Amino acid sequence: MKKKEVMVLEDLLGSNKKIAGDIRKKLSEKGILAINLLSSPGAGKTSLLEKLSEVLTPGYKMAVIEGDIETERDAERIRAKGIQAWQISTGGACHLDAKMVGKVFSEIPTDLDFLFIENVGNLVCPASFDLGESLRCVLLSIPEGDDKPKKYPKAFFTSDALIISKTDLLDKMPFNVNRAVQESLDVNPKLKAFKISSVDGTGIKEFVDYLVKNLNKLRRANA
Amino acid sequence: MHELSLIANLFEIMEQKAKEKNSKKITYVKLQVGVLSGAVPELLETAFNIYKKETLASEADLEIEKVPLKLKCKDCGALTIKDDLVLNCSSCGSTNLETLEGTDLYLEKMELEIEDS
Repeated sequence: MKKKEVMVLEDLLGSNKKIAGDIRKKLSEKGILAINLLSSPGAGKTSLLEKLSEVLTPGYKMAVIEGDIETERDAERIRAKGIQAWQISTGGACHLDAKMVGKVFSEIPTDLDFLFIENVGNLVCPASFDLGESLRCVLLSIPEGDDKPKKYPKAFFTSDALIISKTDLLDKMPFNVNRAVQESLDVNPKLKAFKISSVDGTGIKEFVDYLVKNLNKLRRANA
Repeated sequence: MHELSLIANLFEIMEQKAKEKNSKKITYVKLQVGVLSGAVPELLETAFNIYKKETLASEADLEIEKVPLKLKCKDCGALTIKDDLVLNCSSCGSTNLETLEGTDLYLEKMELEIEDS
């Protein structure tokens, strides 16, 4: 018996990245912009989607993939708005991965404009898993505190947009918006920052404009 | 705690490589863990030691090399190694950067027992 050293240099997330790449390619070819929403639990992802459904439709067609550990609750909230939604229950896993998204892929209508993927509420694990999205948005809500970007850097480092949510609570809680934005930009200088409230509608139009701009960009690139 | 699913992926790769080399025993495994890989080295080690039981790597030692964040400035070309999380060029201060290393998680190498032929 002899010992042999073998060089491998293989990415542990290589298989996930491959599936995600296939999903991104297929969605882009269909002209669908996929958006992966990341945040801690209770930051307002589902409320933002409910609000977006009121503003985006009927001009645009959207659908939602909901990721949770258990229950259909979020998908039911989205369906109540007349929007098609699929619930993926991870059964304990703390994040969605590309394979889970791939399972509902065949049911996604080809005439969609926006496919939102609401990840499992968790600011840590989901950040490592590419789902084949074209845009990744991280939400940080006022009650969570303005010090989170550097404590959970990966979520901010890998995102395209920062959404500071629940701004209607700003006068009730100490939260320094400038600090939250600056710390996010330290970790990721390319982040585009939005301040929104799904309750009073602040910033929703700006965010919708950003989504539409990215949809048009994706369609021009695939024309 | 997604480290267990990362380790499950690791074992898939390890077992496939061992099979290709006709080896039935893995004695050493080395991982490269980027500071922004999103994985915690200590948790990877715990997950590895749980997972390895009753596998080809049941007696394998794990070594983890932490890989710092390495950036290249797209404006002046300078290389920056970052130990804080303020991403700017150490030479000109630009934030127009390309990430070269420090965000991934790699199985670098392993040591196998192979029967004498």
